Amino acid sequence: MSAIAYHRPSSLGEAAKLAESDPEARILAGGQSVLPSMKLGLLAPSAFIDLAALGELRGIRANRQSVTIGAMTTHAAVAESAPIVAAIPSLAQLASGIGDPQVRNRGTIGGSLANSDPAADYPAAVLALNATIRTNRRALPADGFFKGLFETALLPGEIITAVEFPVPNRAAYVKFHQPASRFALVGVFVAQTSTGVRVAVTGAGACAFRAKALEDALGRRFAPQACEGISIPPENLNTDIHASAEYRAHLIPVLARRAVG
Amino acid sequence: MNAVRAPLIGRSVERKEDYRFLTGVGRYTDDIVLPGQSYGYFLRSPHAHARIRSIDAGPARAAPGVLAVFTGEDLAGIGGLPCGWLIKSVDGSPMKEPRHPVLAEGVVRHVGEQVALVVADSSALAKAAAALIEVDYEILPAVVDTASAAGHSTSVHELAPDNVCYTWSIGDEAAVAAAFAQAAHVTTLELVNNRLIPNALEPRAANAVHSRADDSYTLYVTSQNPHVERLLMTAFVLGLPEHKLRVVAPDVGGGFGSKIYLYAEETALVWASKRVGRPIKWTAERSESFLTDAHGRDHVSTAELALDAQGHFLALRVRTTANMGAYLSTFASCIPTILYATLLAGQYATPQIHCTVQAVFTNTTPVDAYRGAGRPEATYLLERIVERAARELGVDPIELRRRNFIRKFPHATPVGLTYDTGDYEATLSRVLELADVAGYPARKRASAAKGLLRGIGYSCYIEACGLAPSNIAGALGARAGLFEAAEVRVHPTGKVTVFTGSHSHGQGHETTFAQVVADRLGLSLEDVDIQHGDTGKVLFGMGTYGSRSLAVGGTAIVKALDKIVSKGKKIAAHLLEASDADVEFEHGEFRITGTDRKKSFAEIALAAYVPHNYPLGTLEPGLNENAFYDPTNFTYPAGSYVCEVEIDPQTGHVRVDRFSASDDFGNVINPMIVEGQVHGGIAQGIGQALLEGCRYNEDGQLLTGSFTDYALPRAGDMPVMAIELAPGTPCTHNPLGAKGCGEAGAIGSPPAVINAVLDALAPLGVTDIDMPATPHRVWEAIRRHAR
Repeated sequence: MSAIAYHRPSSLGEAAKLAESDPEARILAGGQSVLPSMKLGLLAPSAFIDLAALGELRGIRANRQSVTIGAMTTHAAVAESAPIVAAIPSLAQLASGIGDPQVRNRGTIGGSLANSDPAADYPAAVLALNATIRTNRRALPADGFFKGLFETALLPGEIITAVEFPVPNRAAYVKFHQPASRFALVGVFVAQTSTGVRVAVTGAGACAFRAKALEDALGRRFAPQACEGISIPPENLNTDIHASAEYRAHLIPVLARRAVG
Repeated sequence: MNAVRAPLIGRSVERKEDYRFLTGVGRYTDDIVLPGQSYGYFLRSPHAHARIRSIDAGPARAAPGVLAVFTGEDLAGIGGLPCGWLIKSVDGSPMKEPRHPVLAEGVVRHVGEQVALVVADSSALAKAAAALIEVDYEILPAVVDTASAAGHSTSVHELAPDNVCYTWSIGDEAAVAAAFAQAAHVTTLELVNNRLIPNALEPRAANAVHSRADDSYTLYVTSQNPHVERLLMTAFVLGLPEHKLRVVAPDVGGGFGSKIYLYAEETALVWASKRVGRPIKWTAERSESFLTDAHGRDHVSTAELALDAQGHFLALRVRTTANMGAYLSTFASCIPTILYATLLAGQYATPQIHCTVQAVFTNTTPVDAYRGAGRPEATYLLERIVERAARELGVDPIELRRRNFIRKFPHATPVGLTYDTGDYEATLSRVLELADVAGYPARKRASAAKGLLRGIGYSCYIEACGLAPSNIAGALGARAGLFEAAEVRVHPTGKVTVFTGSHSHGQGHETTFAQVVADRLGLSLEDVDIQHGDTGKVLFGMGTYGSRSLAVGGTAIVKALDKIVSKGKKIAAHLLEASDADVEFEHGEFRITGTDRKKSFAEIALAAYVPHNYPLGTLEPGLNENAFYDPTNFTYPAGSYVCEVEIDPQTGHVRVDRFSASDDFGNVINPMIVEGQVHGGIAQGIGQALLEGCRYNEDGQLLTGSFTDYALPRAGDMPVMAIELAPGTPCTHNPLGAKGCGEAGAIGSPPAVINAVLDALAPLGVTDIDMPATPHRVWEAIRRHAR
């Protein structure tokens, strides 16, 4: 156990300055990934920059076109948000299935996206719904945001402030649990949007990714049967004690089909 | 006088202990903070097998708040942790018993083995200091896999160069061979009984303190059997006078066997407490529980069943390799032998059985008893092969079982047991009704309409509880007695405190035992308290394991109660001026037979303690009696389980849809508690069958070292269970007629689940699957056969 500095900035600018000045510092949102990692000795940051005092990062705004969720909004708040349930029910349903009640009451959407856990749920929604990730510096498109295992397009000192989801025509998320952790062994988010069908997969690779073959097939015909016969190559997919890459590859079209119908 | 009230025995009275558990006023080992408390932390091996070239503890000793650092060198003068059962190999040689050091001595043999103990003012300081200890390891190849451990090029212990601890057998090998020669059909099955990690809710913990005043020690510890812990620790390891160590096992949050054993941690703490001069507490982190609580199961077996043309079992031949892990845990050696192979007859009149068991050392956590302990392994093997035989012969699996049931009692099996009583047809018939087997075809069609595969599986189990008697067990290698002890202390006002050597860590002794005592003495439940778990209070005890508490511990209490009543009659006879023989005791009253002249139990108690009008010349004052009870035989609970699963063939996911159980536990004292035991046992059995599987990599690193990767069953994994306690066949050789219920669910359920899975997959050509039948494994099996 080592000493750790704790900062609780009162403005986004102060938070960014703190983060830029200390590359070993970690931004603390809900703490649901960073704290367990520290307990396991996998992470030893020099300092926490706690965003809890930044009220402007919390909250949900929705209109006909889009839903914007503040980065510090908890999974529970998303799950229970009437505007989200009305606009993008699949997103509320996804949030209601993250972790357990304790995790959902602390964990935040911004923290989840910045962490880019390979089995996290939100990245699938962000990719499939073609969300925009707003930071203290810019707006990042979903495509290209997830770079790899716990790796994103965020620059040092860059802090997610909000995520804007365009409202799709329809969308659904189907998650197949890893039996022990209940994370997504594979999760597939299918969205029919104004710009076409988007299919995003989490749990199967180093980070969430889009499944083009399924998008093409569903783009031609948006029906469950369209997923039949689509095979996803297992190369580059995860193999661990819970599932082989082949099994994960097999599950992707199976779950996509269930998401569609 | 007391109005005659309905008996408490047989009633689901609420548990007396639940008030404190549910309102947070229980007292667990970690709740105990002693004056001057210090904290211990164990530095553990990160390697499965390595030579320790050197340990530099200097920087750790100098770290803030550190009181002491101890390594194996400091403890070299004390004994190793003992094994309580000597198994002899087929050739007559004793099992290999390598030294099991309290702190590693020169070599580490599994990940998590304790290398050093750091004592400091807080556990955080102790942990921080432990990180400063430099251990120079020379990494050695590791032996991990059960099946290939024997004869492996690497030896876990010099004493056992081939890694074989023993090769033991039971049964008449020649007679079995002769029976196979006559067989019309032989069914063969190879199977693995998956290694499990116990995971009691409360992690192991200990707090040891030495008193300079009288050179004595007190140890608070998460133990299922404090007297055994004390005996083993003082006499075999530390060389302390037994009466100078008091062991207290306060409230304990679950054990499932994992808290039976004498572990290194509490032993090191007791030893160090005198050197440090302050009490030392250690509480396992969950990661330590995964690495160091004794694991369960881990068998690899081949079984062959010989049948005649009518489907009668002629003989069973089994070869099992059992993984002992890196060292022999306290009862490790008897689990895959005495508690396993003796159960291979099950509910069947198989005339000949032979079983060979090879126990092997590996560079893994020691393996010992875990809920069921040998009996789940036997039941799984037997019920799997019976169902496979039925499928091969095209016979209904229920019919095949019925054809082979034991129907006459007592029944001597070819593997050393004599079943006193049972009615296997009764529990089977009942469970078929509970499970609505008649409605199964319609449910199967409904599942098929949803694209799901439905299967039904059966299991008829037998269990042997209350391991006994001591003299026969001794002849088989037991190094301990198998009796139980009790003391009944009647207070002057007629209230009663009972001290039992049995220990409750979730079983509800304080209620069940009180029901027995209250009924026998005609008291209310509130007038009886049950004390357990403290060698300073309880005269002796062998503790809780093997579903023995009521059958053995309860009987010891009944024997002591009989003595109380007998003495009470003498006192009453004196007071009523009658002869002893004319006094009867019923409903809390001593009465001269056939008259209304009587004395209440409380009046007799008062007379015993205020002996003014009392036969002091012939009778001691006071009303306090002890008893030791050594059973004449095991008890044999039995039952039948039916499981229905629904499998999603696209994902391989198995959902347990229905689970039905009919159990014969003999007489039942508190049905609610017993049903709870069955629920929990079935949950653990479903866990073993579908979810739980301990995995190491080839270097001996534990891959399932947390709940992120080790899947315990959750509420959502459980079906609604239809459980019914059969009217039952009371045990014939204990006065309560009780058989034991703690392990039955975990014993009977895994084969029912896997048989159901295989039944569902049978149309696809799948004939075998190992536990846990995870979605991935089921999908693989489906895919293999689809090709």
